[in-house]
Amino acid sequence: MSSQSGGGAPSAAQTKTERLLNLVLVLLYARRPLSKAQIRQLVPQYGSNASTEAFERMFERDKDELRELGIPLVTEDIDALWEDEPGYRIHQRDYALPDIEFEQDELAVLGLASRTWAQASLAGPAAQALRKLRAAGVERDADALIGIEPRLRTTEPAFDAVKDAVLRRVRLRFDYRRPEATEASERHVQPWSLVSWHGRWYLTAFDEDREAPRVFRLSRISGPVRTVGPAGAFEVPEDHQAEVMARDAADPGTRPSPAVLRIRGGTGHALRRRARTLGDVDDTWSLADLDYTDLDGFAEELAGYGADVVVEQPAELVEAVVARLRGARAAHERGEA
Amino acid sequence: MPSTPSESATARLGRLLTMVPWLVNRQGIDLTRAAADLGVSVAQLEADLRLLFLCGYGQMPDELIEADWEGGRVFVGNADSIARPLRLGVDEAVTLVVGLRALREVPGLDERDAVDRALAKLEAAAGDAAGPAGRVRAEVAQGGDAELLARARRAVADRRRVHLRYVVPARDEATERDVDPMRVIGIDGQWYLEGWCHRAEDTRLFRLDRVESLDVLDVDGTPPPQATERDLAEGTFRPAPDDVVVTLRLLPGATWVSDYYAVDSIREVTAADGGGEVVTLRTADTAWLRRLLWRLGGRGWVLEPADVVAEVREGAADALAAYPVPGD
Repeated sequence: MSSQSGGGAPSAAQTKTERLLNLVLVLLYARRPLSKAQIRQLVPQYGSNASTEAFERMFERDKDELRELGIPLVTEDIDALWEDEPGYRIHQRDYALPDIEFEQDELAVLGLASRTWAQASLAGPAAQALRKLRAAGVERDADALIGIEPRLRTTEPAFDAVKDAVLRRVRLRFDYRRPEATEASERHVQPWSLVSWHGRWYLTAFDEDREAPRVFRLSRISGPVRTVGPAGAFEVPEDHQAEVMARDAADPGTRPSPAVLRIRGGTGHALRRRARTLGDVDDTWSLADLDYTDLDGFAEELAGYGADVVVEQPAELVEAVVARLRGARAAHERGEA
Repeated sequence: MPSTPSESATARLGRLLTMVPWLVNRQGIDLTRAAADLGVSVAQLEADLRLLFLCGYGQMPDELIEADWEGGRVFVGNADSIARPLRLGVDEAVTLVVGLRALREVPGLDERDAVDRALAKLEAAAGDAAGPAGRVRAEVAQGGDAELLARARRAVADRRRVHLRYVVPARDEATERDVDPMRVIGIDGQWYLEGWCHRAEDTRLFRLDRVESLDVLDVDGTPPPQATERDLAEGTFRPAPDDVVVTLRLLPGATWVSDYYAVDSIREVTAADGGGEVVTLRTADTAWLRRLLWRLGGRGWVLEPADVVAEVREGAADALAAYPVPGD
């Protein structure tokens, strides 16, 4: 060994990591279940603990934490004749990732799938998973160039807590702020699915207060997300279509209606691209026919063009655009003489 | 992830159990290279190796793990029982399965067959851990034009310069420019081509749904050395030092603005004062901001600077002049 450990006593976390690792090694190495007394003897970090009671408490906690990490620590009878003493071990066949051979192109897409999370809160598990799959892999020069870099981000503070609850099927309560409401209200839900749609995360869930399925945008969850009760507390309906629910909530579509717009030359590029017909009226204006589905959304878009786009028809669209422009003008007259 | 001072004992254990098989299969790997590939600092890797050295299935010297990194080369031995990686945990399986399924939906992807094969093997290996993956669904980016996406990818791979006709909706401009493509990114629900723009003489992101045409030129498209990929951790927005700082008041119906645009600060306004938020943001160009405020129709307004307030007000008045005054 080329380095000595730095001065000072090891930290508590360091000692605990050593203890847990020794415990894993001892239980994996054992050919038969080990009793607590044997474990206490074989793992030196337990020996230094004064009382048997303290050791047992610590061992119980360690067992839970190893299982939480996915380590298949099992309880078995040490001897069929002496059933009262439980023994513990970890079976290699349940512990180890099955041997899988990935082709070069499969490793490349797995790498891409892992990097998809590189800017997200799940970056750690995604990188670790790839490292496990590649542990035995022969190192090759570089990943095949796929030329695209997909990225999922998880900027919503509620993401991790909601994700855990969805994966474990744990009920949740949280404060939720509806778009038009000033105050958040508490909601109780059975979280069914997480969906990323147009770059935002949505939770589809059974809303226990409203007794109906609902969609929640994660960015509108305010404050802490609290779990209620145990894991596996409910079933997700077989026919649940998470994407459809999220899409409908995000974008309630209706039948298209026709509109006629006057567009100033050299402007309204995005509208011109969508036009069914487009013709020049004079040197300044073009006339465009196009369809819209959402009156409010379209009026908002058109108001954004200011004086460069004028609505000719229909009247309800004219009204909606004028209302927005008046609102914007009035809002910017306040506080000014 | 790189270990941090807050890494818990169990998190570190999980990392060590992944690290050991990785190192066992790469005996003699360079210490610096191993640290980089494992996503930790060299100091952290040395601390990890020192810890491994203290552990074993017993405490006799021949029962302990061997770890040696003398001369900058790492050897790990006597670790047979953990020489294979631990099975995938739920988060680990879910990230890869969801990532692969999202890739499957990328229009015009040539590697779809490899994705399907990888997915089948991964699901078999992960077993129960992959089960909950069905409850997380991610779409990398909106469909977009598969042909355009494929052409942009090919230009990146072949290092060809492209000519773009590109619409900038925030300023309502159609522009023509030559670009040396660097990569194609799917982020926040959109596909982008990142490249060195010869018009701006800078790196730019072009949203593919705003590209009116993309022609691959018979010219080498290797970007100049000063072209740097942007860090995607902050999304696609990049403020510049000479930006104007704008303060906006957003009523409850307009707070989506702070979700949607990169803002510097958000202050919540109490319900008694009307609710919503006051936010500040930086921008080089106020044209898009005027358009945003017209769209908000009074649900949000500029508090300062005063010249931007006046721009928004006068622009709205000009637009209204095209419509008959009520009562006429």
